[in-house]
Amino acid sequence: MIQEPVKEGYAVSDAPILSIRGLCKSFGGFHAVKDVDVDFQRGQIHALIGPNGAGKSTFFSLLSKFHEPTSGTISLAGQDITRTRPEKVVRMGMVRSFQISAVFPEMTVFENVRVALQRRTGRDIQFWCGLGLLDGLRDEAMYLLDRVGIADLADKRAADLSYGRKRTLEIATTLALDPKVILLDEPMAGMAVEDIGMVSALIKEISHDRTTLMVEHNLNVVEDLCDTATVLARGEIVAKGTFSEIRNDSEVRRAYIGTDYD
Amino acid sequence: MSNTTTHIPGPTQSLPSARALKLVAFAVLAVALLIAPAVLYPVFLMKILCFALFASALNLLLGYTGLLSFGHATFFGGGAYFTAYCVKALEVGPLTGILIGVAGAAVLGLAIGVIAIRRQGIYFAMTTLALSQLAYFCFLRAPFTNAEDGIQNVPRGTLFGVIDLTDHVTMYFFVLTVFAIGMFAIWRIVTSPFGEVVKAIRENEQRAISLGYNVNRYKLSVFTVSAALAGLAGSTKALVFQIATLTDVSWQMSGEAILMALLGGLGTLTGPSVGATVIVTMQNYLAATSVPVNVVIGVVFVISVLLFRKGIVGVFQRFSKAP
Repeated sequence: MIQEPVKEGYAVSDAPILSIRGLCKSFGGFHAVKDVDVDFQRGQIHALIGPNGAGKSTFFSLLSKFHEPTSGTISLAGQDITRTRPEKVVRMGMVRSFQISAVFPEMTVFENVRVALQRRTGRDIQFWCGLGLLDGLRDEAMYLLDRVGIADLADKRAADLSYGRKRTLEIATTLALDPKVILLDEPMAGMAVEDIGMVSALIKEISHDRTTLMVEHNLNVVEDLCDTATVLARGEIVAKGTFSEIRNDSEVRRAYIGTDYD
Repeated sequence: MSNTTTHIPGPTQSLPSARALKLVAFAVLAVALLIAPAVLYPVFLMKILCFALFASALNLLLGYTGLLSFGHATFFGGGAYFTAYCVKALEVGPLTGILIGVAGAAVLGLAIGVIAIRRQGIYFAMTTLALSQLAYFCFLRAPFTNAEDGIQNVPRGTLFGVIDLTDHVTMYFFVLTVFAIGMFAIWRIVTSPFGEVVKAIRENEQRAISLGYNVNRYKLSVFTVSAALAGLAGSTKALVFQIATLTDVSWQMSGEAILMALLGGLGTLTGPSVGATVIVTMQNYLAATSVPVNVVIGVVFVISVLLFRKGIVGVFQRFSKAP
């Protein structure tokens, strides 16, 4: 566990929360991520964009340690996590979401959030107790569901939720861990237009005291939400900066040929 | 941020009428189990109870954790061998013998589990099968198992030095107690905070990891407990039939437990017991006729897979839940 100073000094808040050096990942002969150097500052929303197959999801899996990097280093808040197990990274405060909505389908919405709260409160190995032990988590779970606006669905099976609701449930579950860094893999993918506004407002709200890194294809959302954007193409970073900086970058335009946006 | 002072309704509890119905059903079942030896042959009933516990132990792993072990006979038969040997050769009491059987099965479970949980899905199943075949040949070659003959004429002994277990009805109540303890352990685990995490792992392992859970530790714990309970069933079976043989550790035995759990309903508490009752009953009553037992069981299995995907109990639960 890393110890965060309660009052952040200037030097601490200035240091990047996530620092990546020379990160590579190859699958056989294919280089999915090539020699990536990038820093992400605290307290901001960062976008990771790029065409299909650019290595964005692989990059995310490397950060969350679901994949082992071939070479390079990753550090989270100054701690090297290059060889750390994925669940340890979560405990250090960096939590990921998945491209395919990840809920526990046969559990209720309420239980989905409660199981996320269990570990932090140390109520996860008591096999000799009844579920009454978890009653203390009810208020917090319901508060989180209310915060994302699905408290009225608490008793529903997660499998029965609409796609957009599943994504909001996933965000509630992630919030239950109170992470310092949130990795969102295409949070709006496949979502109805009316849900996009809701989820993007939610992301904005939950990000104000954390660092968020999101893969996103919808450039309007990126423009609206994100402080910085990093463009990945063929496993390499081709541009980074604010959205207005990168939108006029010739490298970016080349990477996006045929996928113009207005 | 939304207004937090408004009352947020919590999840509703199950209806009192449903709870009362469950209690009544439980009471009827308890009475039926108590008077059953007066009506039916006790050894037949004990066979059902042993296999019901075995299938339930497997279900703890398969139905609640989502891990298909194809090698549970190792723990069932291992427990039987250890108990039979200790009771016969070392002349320990039946209770001590069973405890040694359970401990031995748990150790085997831990050893096989450590290796098997590194793999997922079909590879996990194949690893457990391979290791249980290895164990099978170890039991075949081990000096204490008497190879093909098995350990025969195992004395049932006396419980606490006073209760003579040679009487079938007395033995029945001993087995019923063991069964009740085993089922209570399973119920306690699946309805505990630990059980919630285990179910989450079954539902979506990647997501469980990304909530910070060390899933391998949970899987290994359940695997070991499941092995110990399978060992409890096997140890008890060895005392009931007074024999421990290679049949108990064969892969067919593993398959039978899977079949019972599937037929009764995976992920339900009572399903595997129902499945075990159906299959043991068919085996017993069809064995006396000229009907080929395995063909009938095969047909029943195919029908259940086609018509009741959730098993007998699963289908019943669905009907009773419908308004």
